[in-house]
Amino acid sequence: MTAATATPFQSMVLVGIASFVGSFGALFLKTGAAKLNLGLRYLFLNGRLLLGVALFVASSLAYVVGIRHGELSVLYPLVSLGYIWALLWSVLFLKERLTRNKVFGLLLIVLGIVLIGFGKT
Amino acid sequence: MSAAAPATDMPVRKPLNRRQSVGLVFVCTLLGAAGQVLIKTGARTSATSAPWTTLSGIWTNLYAMATNLHLIGGYSLYALMTVVFIFALRDEELSVLYPVIALTYVWVAGLSIWLFGETMNLPKLLGILIIVAGVGVLGKGGKK
Repeated sequence: MTAATATPFQSMVLVGIASFVGSFGALFLKTGAAKLNLGLRYLFLNGRLLLGVALFVASSLAYVVGIRHGELSVLYPLVSLGYIWALLWSVLFLKERLTRNKVFGLLLIVLGIVLIGFGKT
Repeated sequence: MSAAAPATDMPVRKPLNRRQSVGLVFVCTLLGAAGQVLIKTGARTSATSAPWTTLSGIWTNLYAMATNLHLIGGYSLYALMTVVFIFALRDEELSVLYPVIALTYVWVAGLSIWLFGETMNLPKLLGILIIVAGVGVLGKGGKK
């Protein structure tokens, strides 16, 4: 009850959106990065990288506004969702292999972020 | 006749191995942590009393954010971080590299204690150790 009232629902939605949008930013940066092999000028002449950066910017803006109010013990787990989305897109769209190390490493990282969020409140 | 011109303007490049790519992302997390501390400060110093619900209020808020030196510095570091991240992504899988970005939390937790007077406690310490362990698991070389 206290957590629900201390952290505005708007903040949770904003941070959740930030994590979702940011994971797509990472996806487009990855697909865009492959074009660098054609020449370094493709760091700039690259629609996918541009889209990836734009999504990161949008994600950061939502994040800045989202963490202004509320408890980080509630908001940090939402932030860490972004890593899970990104793993999902990596497997779905990039056909990267889902290995035990990736799942185990990711679970440790998500748990660590959740703990830090609790420690900060 | 001479051989056909190479299709690219790049010399043959040896791809980075996993350790090197993860090392680049490690640099990203240092840049990101510094950026995040600046953005955290900027979020406070750029706050206005204008509402986000009216057009002029949104304009006032965005103008305050766009002219805030903390936010400008923070986002500049984010831009640099992004470029370094792109060069890491070139040779390594996203599912390995993206979670490594979480090391940023380790540096931010340390910087917050130093700069913002936050205190260390058991959950934070455990969280830091567990994140580092998770990055270690992801960064392990060998089979992809």
